Amino acid sequence: MTTAEVAARPESQTLSGRITSGRRLRDAAFRVLIMLSVAVALITLFALLMDAFMTGRPRLNGDLIRNMPSARPARAGLQSAIFGSLWCVGITAALSLPLGVGTAVYLEEFARRDRWYVRLIELNIQNLAGVPSVVFGILGLAFIARGPLSWGFTVGTGALVLTILVLPTVIIASREAIRAVPPSLREGSLALGATQWQTIWRQVLPASVPGIATGSILSVSRALGESAPLLLLGALTFVTFNPTGLDSGYTVLPLLIFKYASDAKAEFHVVAAAAIIVLLVVLLALNTTAILLRNRFQKRW
Amino acid sequence: MVGDPLLPSPHLRRRRRVERVVRRGLALTASISVVVTVAIALSLLRPAIDFFREIPIGEFFTGTEWSPLFSPSQRQFGVWPLLTGTLLVMGIAILVAVPFGLGAAVYLSQYASPRVRGIIKPVLEILAGIPTVVLGFFALYFVNPEIVQRFWPVGRVGTFSALAAGLVIGIAILPTMASLAEDAMTAVPVSLRDGAIALGATRREVSTKVIFPAALSGIVAAIVLALSRAIGETTIALMAAGSNPRFTADPGQGVQTMASFIGFAGIGDQPTGSTGYKTIFAVGTLLFLITFFLNMLSVRIVRRFREAYE
Repeated sequence: MTTAEVAARPESQTLSGRITSGRRLRDAAFRVLIMLSVAVALITLFALLMDAFMTGRPRLNGDLIRNMPSARPARAGLQSAIFGSLWCVGITAALSLPLGVGTAVYLEEFARRDRWYVRLIELNIQNLAGVPSVVFGILGLAFIARGPLSWGFTVGTGALVLTILVLPTVIIASREAIRAVPPSLREGSLALGATQWQTIWRQVLPASVPGIATGSILSVSRALGESAPLLLLGALTFVTFNPTGLDSGYTVLPLLIFKYASDAKAEFHVVAAAAIIVLLVVLLALNTTAILLRNRFQKRW
Repeated sequence: MVGDPLLPSPHLRRRRRVERVVRRGLALTASISVVVTVAIALSLLRPAIDFFREIPIGEFFTGTEWSPLFSPSQRQFGVWPLLTGTLLVMGIAILVAVPFGLGAAVYLSQYASPRVRGIIKPVLEILAGIPTVVLGFFALYFVNPEIVQRFWPVGRVGTFSALAAGLVIGIAILPTMASLAEDAMTAVPVSLRDGAIALGATRREVSTKVIFPAALSGIVAAIVLALSRAIGETTIALMAAGSNPRFTADPGQGVQTMASFIGFAGIGDQPTGSTGYKTIFAVGTLLFLITFFLNMLSVRIVRRFREAYE
């Protein structure tokens, strides 16, 4: 289209036309609508935090963390659940990190995209990330708690299922971090005579540590808040002892909250709200660390 | 170092061996994800097949009464109440997450200054990271009594309602929806936007007439993914919609979804091999298939209909 044609177009056909008052009004209305969308999310978050804080405040004290769960609301605490969560999440982190980063390194640095098995693995990871978490609970029930492994309702079972659950997220985050390392770095290292593995171990991985750390912390914090799969793995039981090993019975913070929240006695709901605050504070600390890490060490190549 | 110049030195040979071992080890690690998927399929299928040996498949897919954990003489295996319950909760959640998620995405990608964006993005990330058990508590003890029971116009709302669960699930998936849609909108080349502005379009017109159509494939994929998340959400549905499977379309009533049934039955610790135990797997298979289909669909939409700009 030539300039003359554009100029000759009747005004009604152009995208703009004159700035009429109706148009201005619609613009303003649209702006209000989309700002409202953001406000919905922010207000809900605020209401949620306020509600938990106001409800739980009476029980926010040292006893809450020190005491074991109890049938009497005034003495009910969180200790066994806090230790249960620490065990589960600690093992999950220790397992999912090497497996996740290893897979990411393989897919980014070694795998050939045109091979069918590489595509299968990639599609698989994408799909696993979308499987509802409760389905992982079913897997754990059939394969780990009972069936072939028959590990029972133990810390080990819970941690293994959480590992499988967060693995796709760790892989995806690590891949992105590794991909962000510029090829020139690799080429430089290879040109100096380093092997591929030496290049990865001494150049690529150190350069992608901040990205991997951020992604992993976010994944691990997801494991800490996860409740659905553990419903099927015996974590909702009344546990008044801390885990002593992988074969111990256990409960975790989210499920103890679930238990207290569904109790018929309203006093327990106060304990649940107080426990929510404890859980949120821990999560917030983890998330803040992740975001700070990202902002601090993020390199623009 | 004197050796045969045509043969690799022992040092080089060792390096090559290390390379091979590392490579194979990492390939093995990568294959774990496939093993897990196969394990899921196997673990679901065997008991599910057993289930359908006991319960006629016709009864399962046509019946409108669901009480599989009752005593053998009273139990009913019609899955419809779970399907309608899931649909109801999902529908409400989508009505919250899609419009507000899209609105937030437009705001973040087209309107917000970098400074405002820098504040709102992390806050949305925090919302996305709130555990579902916390959101369930909020739905049960705040949204239901303070909002649903007060303002729902028809009939009395009990302790549990599909509406409270759906609203909060909508909020739970809103950040994901917003973030995916925003990615799609940001991926639209700046030249398109600049062109529209140069022609005199206002920011609203750029957003709705240029950015939105250009990012449509990504937006649709985000909606499909949000659907899948809403269907699979367990804890919020279990806490706020209750565990009474009702064949109803009334959002003011408590319902049971497929996912919340699985959680509910799991709490009950069904003995291995019992019909109740197998029911978990039958419903789990159905849930897995539906969400698997939706996830594949989302991936394909992005691949198939992506507008390719250089």
